[in-house]
Amino acid sequence: MNQLQIKNLHVAIEGKEILKGVNLTIKDGETQALMGPNGSGKSTLASTIMGHPNFHVTKGSIFLYGQRLNKLKPDERAKKGIFLSFQNPIEVAGLSIKHFLRAAFNNLNPESKLSPFEFEKLFEEKIKLLKINKNFGGRSLNEGFSGGERKKLEILQMAILQPCLVILDEADSGLDIDALRDVTQAINRLKKAKKAGKNRMSVLLITHYNRILKYIKPDKVHILMHGRVVKSGGRQLATQVEKRGYDWLGSK
Amino acid sequence: MKVNLQQLNRQAQKEKPDEMDYFHTSAKGLTDKTVKEISHYKNEPAWMQEERFRAYQTFLRQPMPAWGPDLSKIDFNDLYYYLRPTGQTARSWSEVPEAIRHTYDRLGLPEAEKKYLGGVMAQYESDAVYHSVQKKLEKKGVIFTDMDTGLRRYPEIVRKYFSTVVPAGDNKFAALNTAVWSGGSLLYIPAGVKVEFPLQAYFRINAEKVGQFERTLIIAEPGSFVHYVEGCTAPVYSTGSLHAAVVEIIVKPGARVRYTTVQNWSKNVYNIVTKRAFVMEEGVMEWVDGNLGSKVTMKYPSVYLLGRKARGEVLSIAFAGSGQHQDAGGKAIHGAPETSSSIISKSVSRGSGRTSYRGLVRVAKGMAGCRSNVVCDALLMNKNSRSDTYPTMDIRESATRVSHEATVGRVGEEQLFYLMSRGLSEQEAMSMIISGFIEPIARQLPVEFAAELNKLIELEMGGRVG
Repeated sequence: MNQLQIKNLHVAIEGKEILKGVNLTIKDGETQALMGPNGSGKSTLASTIMGHPNFHVTKGSIFLYGQRLNKLKPDERAKKGIFLSFQNPIEVAGLSIKHFLRAAFNNLNPESKLSPFEFEKLFEEKIKLLKINKNFGGRSLNEGFSGGERKKLEILQMAILQPCLVILDEADSGLDIDALRDVTQAINRLKKAKKAGKNRMSVLLITHYNRILKYIKPDKVHILMHGRVVKSGGRQLATQVEKRGYDWLGSK
Repeated sequence: MKVNLQQLNRQAQKEKPDEMDYFHTSAKGLTDKTVKEISHYKNEPAWMQEERFRAYQTFLRQPMPAWGPDLSKIDFNDLYYYLRPTGQTARSWSEVPEAIRHTYDRLGLPEAEKKYLGGVMAQYESDAVYHSVQKKLEKKGVIFTDMDTGLRRYPEIVRKYFSTVVPAGDNKFAALNTAVWSGGSLLYIPAGVKVEFPLQAYFRINAEKVGQFERTLIIAEPGSFVHYVEGCTAPVYSTGSLHAAVVEIIVKPGARVRYTTVQNWSKNVYNIVTKRAFVMEEGVMEWVDGNLGSKVTMKYPSVYLLGRKARGEVLSIAFAGSGQHQDAGGKAIHGAPETSSSIISKSVSRGSGRTSYRGLVRVAKGMAGCRSNVVCDALLMNKNSRSDTYPTMDIRESATRVSHEATVGRVGEEQLFYLMSRGLSEQEAMSMIISGFIEPIARQLPVEFAAELNKLIELEMGGRVG
């Protein structure tokens, strides 16, 4: 079944068109990579799927399991099971991570809300799984976090909220080699752990470099340039890009 | 008109808990006669009556403040100046009339009492109705009583300190308070006594157009400690009401006083309060002040650092929704060498709401080695929200370290998007951002107050509570 389907998507920011007809289909349980040079529109696509209010869809549609998302707000999309791991996670000073995450969890799971005590157990479990420093829970959301810590916190949020579609926007940037291994292992593990009664988790991996693809093996690779998918292929496409850069793809 | 308890009970059973008859209501408006009546009904000593008359004359002479928020809508002749709901002060919770208890139940008072085990004093209208002081406080010689009782039972203490920190001539509203004051607390901590639990008092304006003029006096003898906590809520009314309180605190050498307020006056109340503490050698005064409701608030808790190494701290939170103006801040007067002060203010403006930080730091000549730190942060939630900063620094001594930081920020679209992408509604995201912003001050509050503050913010955001 097609989980995510993007059809002829055009997106403009402040009147300037960034995406110019993107098509993309991700099946249940698939991992796909989206690569491309700076400014090609990768992050725009990620934010648009999540419903950023400043990114205006001027043409085309986004579907999740056949349901059109275009008009839904970000929180409504989150409730449908979409999760965006931010390239630059935002700081909210003074907001306790646990307080925030429990509220989010309870909003996404109105049938099985957790008390602070129950949530604590879930939190501890995921912290252990991700080999995250225990003191995370007592801190404020991304306040005073290093780049690597922010990325780990994104993955922790993902592990707790258990989405069905994960968009990883440059999940590897700012991570050293050990952290990269921890984070990618965690993603792979979460992908495997299919939740009873739910669909398998699909991943859209947005990245500059081939590096992360050594740890998370994509089923397909797409190259986004100038607001369009210019080439799609298997894993070897990423290797080619690593060797030759993007220029050869853009010169049509 | 007089009402007995049975009548009150019958009323409560009819489920009209807030409909109360008042034992005595002075006529609307303010004249010599009003002042005389108040003093007469309270059966006060002559010196207090004279104090009131002098203050009334001062009130008439004093101009309205020429600065700050718009006060032109206050009509002094359209207010009641004295009310008391029942004939006498209740001695224990069970003796408090049902109707009043019901109202307090809704405010969560009994729980607070259970938790704090402290002396609870609740002010219903202008008089203290319910008042209890724990036996162990009494044993230590601590006096915690409503001001009217305090004046009757401890006239020598009241006479010695009353109006010495905030004289009637300080400003028009201090003069008004001195002329018509009613209720408030008298708190006296003997030398060396440390009260290890917060003492709470609750205030509430209940009838329309009631001016509430409570007067609080705290004396902390050398080496003592107390944390005094007050909270205010009021239902919404359609016409203007005035709350003009005066709080005087004397912190003697080596003593420490912390005074915490969270207020949620209804949106038509003018809340103009003069709060001031004299701090002697090595004494510490801490004001924690949260202002949510009211139409206009003017409040600048002050520390007068009068002894070497005295320290003063003001933490202030203000929240202004549409139609509200919160003019708040703090003052630190360094009148002795090596004194230090800190003023930290956080304000949130929503819709057309307006917050102002107004502060003063003064260091007199010759007061070497003083330090002062002022931080004021404002958060604006909408495009038409407003915040202003009026910091005044009057430093006459060069051997002084003074720092001042001010920031104004808007709730960012990216922050909202980030939180919403995790499944929070816009309102929930908004209130979380605000709660986070004020967290450094909220964490200084007693737990229930911090929780209450967060609930009030959620309510203000129109979000759900609980």
